[in-house]
Amino acid sequence: MTFTKKIALSVNGVQKQAEVEPRLLLAHFLREDLNLTGTHIGCDTSQCGACTVMLNGEVVKSCTVLAVQADGAHVTTVEGLGDMEQLHPIQQGFWEKHGLQCGFCTPGVMISMVGLLKENPDPSEEEIRDALEGVICRCTGYQFIVSAVQHAAKLIAEANQSKETITSAGEGR
Amino acid sequence: MAKLIGTPQKRKEDPKLITGNGHFTDDIKLPGMLYGAFLRSPHAHARILKIDASKALELPGVAAVYTGNDLVGKVKAVPAMWFLPGADLKPKDRSTLAVDKTRYAGECVALVVAENRYIARDALDLIEVDYEDLQAVVHQEAALLPEAPLVHDDVENNLALLWKAGEIPDEEFQNAEVVVRQRLYNQRVIPNPIETRGAVAQYNPGSGELTIWCTSQNPHIHRMVYADVLDISESKLQIVAPDVGGGFGSKIATYNEEAVIGHAARDLKRPVKWIEERKEHFMATTHARDEVIEVELAGKRDGTFTALRVKNTANLGAYLSTFGAGCPTIDFGLMVTGAYTIPKAEVVTYGVYTNTTPTDAYRGAGKPEAAFQIERIVDLFAQEIGMDPVELRQKNLIPKEAFPYSTAMGVSYDSGNYQDTLDRALDIAGYPALRKEQEKMREQGKLLGIGISTYVELCGFGPSKVAGAIGFQGGVWENSTVRVHPSGKVAVFTGTSPHGQGTATTFAQVVAEKLGISIDDIELISGDTRSVSMGWGTYGSRNTAVGGAAVSIATDRVIEKAKKIAAHELETSVEELEFSEGIFAVKGAPERKRSFREIAKSANFAWNLPDGVEPSLEGQSFFDPPNFVYPFGAHICVVEVDPQTGEIELKRYVAVDDIGRVINPMLAEGQVHGGIVQGIGQALWEGAVYSENGQLLSGTFMDYTMPKARFFPTIESHFIETPSPVNPLGAKGVGETGTTGAPPAVVNAVMDALRPFGIKDLDMPLTPEKVWRAMQNRRENA
Ligand code: FES
Ligand code: FES
Repeated sequence: MTFTKKIALSVNGVQKQAEVEPRLLLAHFLREDLNLTGTHIGCDTSQCGACTVMLNGEVVKSCTVLAVQADGAHVTTVEGLGDMEQLHPIQQGFWEKHGLQCGFCTPGVMISMVGLLKENPDPSEEEIRDALEGVICRCTGYQFIVSAVQHAAKLIAEANQSKETITSAGEGR
Repeated sequence: MAKLIGTPQKRKEDPKLITGNGHFTDDIKLPGMLYGAFLRSPHAHARILKIDASKALELPGVAAVYTGNDLVGKVKAVPAMWFLPGADLKPKDRSTLAVDKTRYAGECVALVVAENRYIARDALDLIEVDYEDLQAVVHQEAALLPEAPLVHDDVENNLALLWKAGEIPDEEFQNAEVVVRQRLYNQRVIPNPIETRGAVAQYNPGSGELTIWCTSQNPHIHRMVYADVLDISESKLQIVAPDVGGGFGSKIATYNEEAVIGHAARDLKRPVKWIEERKEHFMATTHARDEVIEVELAGKRDGTFTALRVKNTANLGAYLSTFGAGCPTIDFGLMVTGAYTIPKAEVVTYGVYTNTTPTDAYRGAGKPEAAFQIERIVDLFAQEIGMDPVELRQKNLIPKEAFPYSTAMGVSYDSGNYQDTLDRALDIAGYPALRKEQEKMREQGKLLGIGISTYVELCGFGPSKVAGAIGFQGGVWENSTVRVHPSGKVAVFTGTSPHGQGTATTFAQVVAEKLGISIDDIELISGDTRSVSMGWGTYGSRNTAVGGAAVSIATDRVIEKAKKIAAHELETSVEELEFSEGIFAVKGAPERKRSFREIAKSANFAWNLPDGVEPSLEGQSFFDPPNFVYPFGAHICVVEVDPQTGEIELKRYVAVDDIGRVINPMLAEGQVHGGIVQGIGQALWEGAVYSENGQLLSGTFMDYTMPKARFFPTIESHFIETPSPVNPLGAKGVGETGTTGAPPAVVNAVMDALRPFGIKDLDMPLTPEKVWRAMQNRRENA
């Protein structure tokens, strides 16, 4: 006798409905029910951060959240950051600065760094390293992750700048 | 076409990985797929009296439960694959799933297969096993004592192997002016790639074909072994390593779990998936190192080394893992003299069974342990004779004119320039100024330490003939086919099986530069035994030095054939033809030309080929290198130890590595960072801890300290290039330089910092508590 519960949530901007067991983890729900396999699972103890997603704009570990807790929420996974046609600056940064090797930790790391950049658009090396506390990358030694995040910050700043220029140019007319 | 070899290039493998489109084993979903979960022994050593799976079988959604007895005659246990000649090796037969006894906590006892992972997990709790707990032995030295419990009843003293190499340097030791001795413990570490192991198997009852997707560093080795243990032809067994989330040695070994999943799929005629949990990874995927190394270095007062004697007591765990016997013997023993001229050396290794998880390769496998003992004892020697450790190294480093250099252990170092890497590192670190600063800080009661390691390691496995001579059950040549499609686009097939190293990019750089085409027109195909005829995989930094060399040679063969076709079309001779930037042109008449793309089409259409030239354009190479390659380098680490807390702050880390020719400096640097961080991890934090009765206490990421970003300063990484003469690329391999060079650099630095306390040695990991305790002891006894 398994009990199920109906949930409705928006994932990467798309409305989803499902009937799930209350014990189903959000990570499993995303990967197995929604086929969004970019979110990875690397531990059983909420340490590695490979499963990190955004829940209503907050960085969370989806292995620590039940799918039913996401009822009514907005979830963003790596698939929602950007695609090849339009990479998110964080993705661009990781590609250009060699911020990944095996790439298994990468989706979670990128999401958690998007969270950092939202709060702190120009983080120092130390601040980035501190913000990486919740993730483990066994491959890169973190140094190029730091460079990748700094590069992303620059790209975001440039994009904002040009937006401002456009707006102010528009205002001038 | 611009120059590609030696330039940083963005990775071809990244777009899918950064957009969530990677395809890892756990991402595979097949219609009708079942889910497997293993029941593991909670005891390190126990007799299995009874297993009752009836309640589990009654649970709705459970498709099957397999116990050891169910598999007898159906799935053989995976064998050990490194038999050392003359080592008196006693490989112990094991069961696929434990039958009468379990010999380490985490050994598989049963497999549940169910409709989903949650049901499978529920069912595990319903299997009842009666165990009779037996006394366990965890530490290798304890296991050798006469009163120790036996892991295998018929292996006396738990001694699995005894291996000796080198020449006994008794006379040198008798005549030595100075002998320095130290007992070092290279602690047990756990590889912990962030993707755990896993397997998905699918069987076609009509054709009898079985496909296993699994997390593998060497799918062809896995095919060879699983075909044997499942009794199926290699052509009916396909092993695919999709994207693999890191391996670091742990995904080289063959494991019973993967084979049993294959069996379950065949038996149930439904696809079965098993993904290891992190907790299982800690208990059941091979561990590494765990060697007690006693080293003695003899020499003169002026600092000249004369002889080395090494004894290694290695913990092999409860069973011989795939290549477990080779790590503390061949991998370790051949490299004990390091980068120095030491005329005579002897190594003895005792390989011991204990009730712990089997040990096998971890990034570097044996070489980091070898570098650690020699780099530590060289520092202790310097201290003994009152010489600066840099000066002592300079005195004994093999001079660059001496290469190829035959060591006392009978291996021949291909090429080297050890002096330059050391000079460069000293220069970057500002060594004399650092020493002055250290003095000043000591006066203020502060503990600054400077540690140096001038390591060399053996990589690029390796000549197959040698592999045979040392008892490795397989070859280590490498295979590549470079296939040119009619479009002029190129597929490169390799028998290596990269898992994060960026090989698709480095190999494309080699091929693109040679063919004068775009890197975007080249795709790497690897990791699938159906696509690639044979290969030996990725480990021991052999990807570029062996696999890349095969790619380079295969590309040359493509060019050779293409030239014949172009010469024929241009009505000239091959000698009269020049090939550069993707254009075949007649010497002196550049307007008479054919592009690579045109020749690709001609070769594949075959409308007008010269006599004796067969259609299509492919080059193939089965490259068996004449020797190993020996990357080397000088690492300098600066630390500050807090005298109150024992906390160690890493202040600087300088690495000058010589990995031969560098294909992609950005990727090479990434490898250096990753390796150094793992090496520092071993030096300062990582370590598997067992309780007396064999429970793994450090069994999750909460209890096993993995290196985190904030622990590190910026690593200053630099390269010097001394090409290797043993392969056409001149490449040496970079993957393991960090795990080899870093532990001794860091420990030497901390010991240097602790000199005012008279502390000479502490076992890794150098936790604050251990360092504090050592200082406190000295304070109390002062
Ligand atoms: S899988 Fe969620 S933190 Fe590791
Ligand atoms: S890139 Fe492999 S774990 Fe981070």
